[in-house]
Amino acid sequence: MSASNIPDPSLVRGLSQRRLGRRDALRMSGLSALGMALAACGVQGKGTKAPASAAPDAVQQYWSDKKQNNLVRFANWPLYMDPKQPELKAFKAKTGINFTYKEVIQEMGSWFAKVQPQLSAGQDIGYDLMVITNSFQFSQFRDSGFLAPLDHAKLPNFAKFAGDAYKKEAFDPGNQYSIPWASGITGIAYDRTKTGRDITKLADLWDPKFKGKVGMMSDVQELGNFGLMAVGANPDKSSASDWEKAAKKLQDQKDAGIVRKYYDQGYIDALGSGEVWLTQAWSGDIYQKNLSEHRDLKFVIPEEGGTIWTDNMTIPITAKNPVDAITLMDFFYEVPNAASLAEYINYVCPVPNAQAEMRKEAAKLSGEDKTDLLALASSPLVFPAQAAYANLHYYVAFESVAEQQQFQKTFDPIVLG
Amino acid sequence: MSRLKRTIAPYLLVLPGGIWLIVFFAIPMITMLSLSLQEGDIVNGYTFTGHWQTYVDALDDYRTQLIRSLIYGAIATIILIALAFPMAYWIAFYGGRRKATYLFLVLLPFFVSFVLRTISWRQILTDDGPVLSPLKSAGLVPESFHILGTPTAVIFGLVYNFLPFMVLPIYVALERIDPRVVEAARDLYADPATAFRKVVFPLALPGVFAGVLMTFVPTSSDYVNSTVLGGTDTTMIGQVIQAQYLANSDYPTASALSFVLMAVLLIGVFAYAKVLGTEDVMKVAAR
Repeated sequence: MSASNIPDPSLVRGLSQRRLGRRDALRMSGLSALGMALAACGVQGKGTKAPASAAPDAVQQYWSDKKQNNLVRFANWPLYMDPKQPELKAFKAKTGINFTYKEVIQEMGSWFAKVQPQLSAGQDIGYDLMVITNSFQFSQFRDSGFLAPLDHAKLPNFAKFAGDAYKKEAFDPGNQYSIPWASGITGIAYDRTKTGRDITKLADLWDPKFKGKVGMMSDVQELGNFGLMAVGANPDKSSASDWEKAAKKLQDQKDAGIVRKYYDQGYIDALGSGEVWLTQAWSGDIYQKNLSEHRDLKFVIPEEGGTIWTDNMTIPITAKNPVDAITLMDFFYEVPNAASLAEYINYVCPVPNAQAEMRKEAAKLSGEDKTDLLALASSPLVFPAQAAYANLHYYVAFESVAEQQQFQKTFDPIVLG
Repeated sequence: MSRLKRTIAPYLLVLPGGIWLIVFFAIPMITMLSLSLQEGDIVNGYTFTGHWQTYVDALDDYRTQLIRSLIYGAIATIILIALAFPMAYWIAFYGGRRKATYLFLVLLPFFVSFVLRTISWRQILTDDGPVLSPLKSAGLVPESFHILGTPTAVIFGLVYNFLPFMVLPIYVALERIDPRVVEAARDLYADPATAFRKVVFPLALPGVFAGVLMTFVPTSSDYVNSTVLGGTDTTMIGQVIQAQYLANSDYPTASALSFVLMAVLLIGVFAYAKVLGTEDVMKVAAR
């Protein structure tokens, strides 16, 4: 609620052009008061010109007066930690730092909309650590100056144990603002009993044989990525003309009645109930669904490629306990903790050594527990082989907000048809 | 002193409601109107520029969804009248001592969350669910037949979710009819159909009107049913507004669409009141 209190100049001009009677003047003053009230309602932004890399002394400036307060308030997504919170309890036992853990983030768009007003007013959002996806909201958070620059001197375990791929992610070069929590692969999931054949490529999502039985995602980035790969473009390096082509391809798929619906996370139930036979899907969901319901749903990274995304631990700039938060971030990179986390969440683990740790763990178990854990440790969806990464693309990297809006405008009409 | 009291008493009485109206209606409305005329983006901030073009663009892009919403709302409302009138009629005239129980039964689904009930319809109506799989194995409908993801499913959801809002006002209007008026009509040789047409129905009209207000407005702007039960071509304007606001952080477009929707609904409601010959819309609605 700031902006200027000066009404639009053209309004002022219009008001002062003729002599006014008292009644007119009163009416007009009412109007201009409304005009001023309208103008006073601007939404403040926090954009800065060169935000992608923090100023060299920003880290020092931010951290110099910060102290440990023995409390960390953690905001995360649902199903991203064992409900018994064993890792956090271990953290408390080790460091004496208390914690609160809330599963408050359901979707990047609404999470950004929720905390944006407080962050731009410089107020505490009630959390010291939050996990956010590398979607375009990540750049919105970063470019608005809402993320604290990380002091890597406080992240020794990250330096030692994080996989190489996770140290050079395009959305946050040099991990200046974030380190990964878990990664996931977007590919195709299908029910072999319904499709009657193995699904191997993106073109299968366009096969008229599966008319009305194909699920696509409502998230424009996920949807757009698949459209881009289907027309042979690499999302990461795509241009506006590629977007148009991809949108056309996706529109054809929709017009032909092949797409049943554009799903949020609901795609997984739709696949389970037979509403769709094959669908765009996130790797970990399928693993969990198979495990919890004893299903045999398949997940495949299409020949043309899949996408890899990363959920990242970040510290909001207004955090009250950043030192506690960064200590916790580093704690998750100790190999046993990383392994224990991955055992529950079933997404790609950013710590390669956790695989050996899991096998060691499994050796102590017996029966079904042992087979399950061994299966998880050998799952290419949790520990992808180095070669698999070659076929995985990153999200479209937007240079500016205008570019991102153009991307949205290109794909929105498909989802919101 | 007592005269002064008498003069200010009415103002004092209106004060709580007035403050409520200003804080929770006027201020948000002005903020939203302002937002709809701003330009910018979420990172660099939105500033007021009096940019009416947003309205033109928004209408251009989402005209289809707006018209679709009004059509769905209208169809749902008509079905609701057809369903709710007999229900309310039966409860009012034949409910006897159990009236309260029947009304409670009408309201019972409300004790479960709206979204949860809609989601449970997903489970019931799903392609291989309890409704469709027997029909499919009996060969009554083709294997590719489905209800979910069609306009039928969305309108069904709207009707289901808003039924009590139509039943209750009609019930209240019918309940108030003095049975002796109907008796008098019969005594004057009106057959039951004529008595219904000339006496009962006109007396129940204010209830129907209130019911239409309470269902047409929320059904047209609903986004839950189309999100949960709809498919690729059932997007309603509420979904667009929600996506613009929460997914895209495009506040001006979202606000502009909200205002357009509000204007269209207000015009619709007043036109409807005019056609019905109701002099004072709000008075009827408030009854």
